Amino acid sequence: MAAEAAYERPESLGGALALLARGGWSPLAGGTDLYPATNQRVLNGRILDISALEDLSGLTLDRDGLRIGAATTWAAIASATLPPALAALQDAAREVGGRQIQNAGTVGGNLCNASPAADGVPPLLVLEAEVELASASGTRRLPLADFVTGPRRTALAPGELLVAVHLPRPALMGRSRFLKLGARKYLVISIASVAARLLEREGHVALARIAVGACSPVARRLPAVEAALEGAPLAEAAGRILARDVAAALAPIDDVRATAAYRLEAATELVRRAVTELAGDGLEGGGHG
Amino acid sequence: MAEVRFILNGAPVAVDVPPTRRLSEVLREDCGLTGTKVGCDAGDCGACTVLIDGAAHCACLAPAARIRGADVQTVEAEDPILDRLRAAFLRKGAAQCGICTPGMLMAARALLAERAAPERPEVEAALGGVLCRCTGYQKIIAAVLDAAAETVADEAPDQVRGRVGERIERLDGRPKVEGRDLFGADLWQTGGLLLKAVRSPYPHADFTFGDLMAWCAARPGVAHVFTAADIPGRNAFGVIPAFADQPALAEGVARFRGEAVALVAFEDDGTEPDLTDFPIRWTERPALADPAAAMGGALIHAARPGNLLTQGYVRRGDADAALAASVHLVEGKVETAFVEHAYIEPEAGAAWMEGEVLVIRACTQAPYMDRDDTATILGLPPERVRIIPSAVGGGFGSKLDVSLQPLVGLVALKTGRPCRMIYSRTESMASTTKRHPASIRARIGCDADGRITALDFDGIFNTGAYSSWGPTVANRVPVHATGPYRTPHVRARARAIHTHGPVSGAFRGFGVPQAAVMQETLYDRLADRAGIDRLEFRLRNALRDGDISATGQVMEGTGIHDCLTALRPHWTRALAEAGAARGNRTRRGVGLASCWYGCGNTSLPNPSTIRIGLTAEGGLVLHQGATDIGQGSNTVIAQIAAEALGLPVERFALVGPDTALSPDAGKTSASRQTYVTGRAAEAAARALRAAILRLGNWGDDAGLTLDGCTLRSASGSIDLSRLPRDAFGYVLSAQESYDPPTTPLDADGQGLPYAVYGYGAQMAELAVDMALGTVKLLKITAAHDVGRAINPTLVEGQIEGGIAQGIGMALMEDYIPGRTENLHDYLIPTTGDVPPIESLIIEVPHPEGPFGAKGLGEHVLIPTAPAILNAIRHATGAIVTRLPVLPHRLLAAMKGNGT
Repeated sequence: MAAEAAYERPESLGGALALLARGGWSPLAGGTDLYPATNQRVLNGRILDISALEDLSGLTLDRDGLRIGAATTWAAIASATLPPALAALQDAAREVGGRQIQNAGTVGGNLCNASPAADGVPPLLVLEAEVELASASGTRRLPLADFVTGPRRTALAPGELLVAVHLPRPALMGRSRFLKLGARKYLVISIASVAARLLEREGHVALARIAVGACSPVARRLPAVEAALEGAPLAEAAGRILARDVAAALAPIDDVRATAAYRLEAATELVRRAVTELAGDGLEGGGHG
Repeated sequence: MAEVRFILNGAPVAVDVPPTRRLSEVLREDCGLTGTKVGCDAGDCGACTVLIDGAAHCACLAPAARIRGADVQTVEAEDPILDRLRAAFLRKGAAQCGICTPGMLMAARALLAERAAPERPEVEAALGGVLCRCTGYQKIIAAVLDAAAETVADEAPDQVRGRVGERIERLDGRPKVEGRDLFGADLWQTGGLLLKAVRSPYPHADFTFGDLMAWCAARPGVAHVFTAADIPGRNAFGVIPAFADQPALAEGVARFRGEAVALVAFEDDGTEPDLTDFPIRWTERPALADPAAAMGGALIHAARPGNLLTQGYVRRGDADAALAASVHLVEGKVETAFVEHAYIEPEAGAAWMEGEVLVIRACTQAPYMDRDDTATILGLPPERVRIIPSAVGGGFGSKLDVSLQPLVGLVALKTGRPCRMIYSRTESMASTTKRHPASIRARIGCDADGRITALDFDGIFNTGAYSSWGPTVANRVPVHATGPYRTPHVRARARAIHTHGPVSGAFRGFGVPQAAVMQETLYDRLADRAGIDRLEFRLRNALRDGDISATGQVMEGTGIHDCLTALRPHWTRALAEAGAARGNRTRRGVGLASCWYGCGNTSLPNPSTIRIGLTAEGGLVLHQGATDIGQGSNTVIAQIAAEALGLPVERFALVGPDTALSPDAGKTSASRQTYVTGRAAEAAARALRAAILRLGNWGDDAGLTLDGCTLRSASGSIDLSRLPRDAFGYVLSAQESYDPPTTPLDADGQGLPYAVYGYGAQMAELAVDMALGTVKLLKITAAHDVGRAINPTLVEGQIEGGIAQGIGMALMEDYIPGRTENLHDYLIPTTGDVPPIESLIIEVPHPEGPFGAKGLGEHVLIPTAPAILNAIRHATGAIVTRLPVLPHRLLAAMKGNGT
């Protein structure tokens, strides 16, 4: 039988963490994952609604970088005025479900749900995101790559709540792209998704950050590709992307959407396209905006 | 429980509900506003879209406690911008079944608040989160752009005559755009029972029950448990009585995943239905997943050797000899997937007793068949069962079979209490019928001039666990296998093979779309072999009046030549554009395919009866028994009746297909309603007119007006209030039936299977991404011969909607039991997946049709998938032999790896 139902919607983080510390509470943000998981008319168990926690929503820029509250909706991210480095994140925000989902779903929920195909993860990886985890006993920060540990698995400890995503100031430099491949236009789970961020200097790639989603148990950066790109003249950058370097970081599977072999091929192609577009913009004199 | 106060459509409301109750439930059950529809409970379909503080949200994902103090707006809201949208939806024909309409309206309302004059791509994006399965989105997008343009609509005409050929708004449209139309889940009696089925998690398993009484007693809120042992009649249903084999509740063995094995009745008082720990023990058995294995496997039904349900066969001439003598010969194979109907309304309905009569109100395409199947299962005479069809949120063939009707009927009958049942999305997908997966091989030959010599066709259709419409598919496919082309020598066979898959049944086209994929793709290859333009090749072989079909029928009213001819200028333009645009990363392609489709049952009677009456008070009543599942029979049949009677359509009051009130107009299937019921309506209206003219002693060309209870013509008047009433309560009435003249098919499939065929041809233009294998559709041009377009707006709606389903079948739809049982893993086209569609309406009248009209509903889906495949081959040279053409399959085919 289901656990006794309970619902709380605290307004202070301390209150929320105190409840979490007691155990058995499930955080509820946008509801776009919890409700689809049940056929019932209510959510079972003890539900901790974090939507009233003020510290948890909104984007704030300070000397350290950009802080995105975990309960910030995709719609808020899409409509914010942000540096060009975040274009990939904003494009991804516009492709998470339809408008209805973007108005409800949150960045923190996307990370905690830990789907291999989560569209929010590749852009945040190329932005070198860290997550801030809070519990009654304090807070800690983890690189995003260490937070999502497997399909539907995270490093969240009992009593911990994901409260914010931090993008360090250096990662806000450059320009970025997000490309998503699916079998239909809207409302589609990615076959592969790619985020790329390039920082160019004097016609060369000064820094490259590339990540691929839906092609491994968790979205992955592509270190070999990044290394091959860095230092390359912009005009030659895409040509340095080798299929084997893409494949080295990934472990795709066959599923109903695509074969593993196709995913690797598509990922390579999408990485090339994203880099080609970014490099082309750079050659045309696009600055840091 | 939590008290939640919020503003609903401008007025404060307070509800006391569980805090995490879905807002959709709060609106529907606690606030009584059923305009907000529930299609998936998962945020996948957008039907429940409402505005919360002005932003579009899926109400199924919003907890009640979260809306405390919020401003919630639903489709029922009074709002001038919504009014503009509503009017535009009606004007443009943007609502068909109407189940997605509230979600579409609210998503559009949110857009117009942000962007007063949006561009088309913005509209597509804003509506991208709402699925529609009927319209193909074109008219919805047009309506939103129209509403935004603030063009003042013309004043409503003083009188809607609704002559045949007039683009009147659908007569049942207003409630659909105001959230007042009542679908299967929208009407129930309080104080009753809420039913949930226990379903098999395995494709094949034995099962036994534990202590049901103890389980029931230990759970407050559980009123009863029912199993097959409780069924009083014959526990076997099926749309074709000779093959009836499907239990309403399985008896000891489940033959497909999702089969109902028990029924639990919960008190409908807010108790959360919970089937955890239901006492059942499963023993999984080996399952036969595909026909190849099933043909040599253990028998699923003891009386069907080889697991063969039935086979259809057509033989004419000597196909082998003619193929051997052919100058050009091509052969191929194709495999298609299970396709889910994916109407946005999951099955839902209610039942109650009225004295001795069991009343069932549910979504259906076939009220009289429901009545007879349900009565058989429950051991009742048919007159003790009354079926009241609700508004139907899409059907496309699957709501022809009973689903919950015997289940709600059983509980109401056994307990005497009202009850209701609403399928979840997953339950709907797992338990109801699918399009048959087909595995087809064929050979086609032609002579040096490109004239078809022969066809050899062999199709194996996976008919799943039970018979449903498998026999119909098996019989229809060989008859249609040639396509609408002269084919002197034919051998065509289709076998329906049982497996432990979902029940394959009726789905728009009954197997013909799968067959057309084979035949039409081979035609492209054959035309290339013969060195003839693909359109000219088809024109050369297109059936003409006086030609003989594969079943030996002399064709008349044959419109395929006209359809292909109408496409010719578009074809020339498209080929030139595609040639000019050939690039490296993407390549353009143009493809073409035709269809023909026999309207009505294959060589079996399928009469329709229509009654029209005048009351003493001057009411003109049309008993419109042709269930309108969105396709428009409420409007089309009324237009036909109005034209034949000579009174304006707006004077008619419609009585729907309630088995207690209207005579049987048959099922909404087989593209038969406009033609068959239309003929009955024409006949009834003419008979009523004749009776009026006789009574008034007026001439044949008398113009009639109905003014209060007075019927007038130029030569006099009739006071209806002074006339005696007949048995139906009418002072003047007429009832007429029509049954298409057909003959049985002999052992070689020779005979007259259909009196009337409709025809069509479609052209697809697309671009293939050569590195990713993705397909971008650019435009579809569709020419369809409808004999006579009774209402051209509705004709276009059918064309656009059928094409959208054809796109899905071609490019994305793949139902896999246990894996794609929801609307995010099972993909149907969204607003962004259907390109602009240009409809070319062709009218080659058929003497049997009302005012020459033919059926259309299924034809429209048939050419789409093969036209897309032909365009893909034109663009890339790749021959894809497995549907859907997912990107990885196309990329593999382009590399010559097959699929």
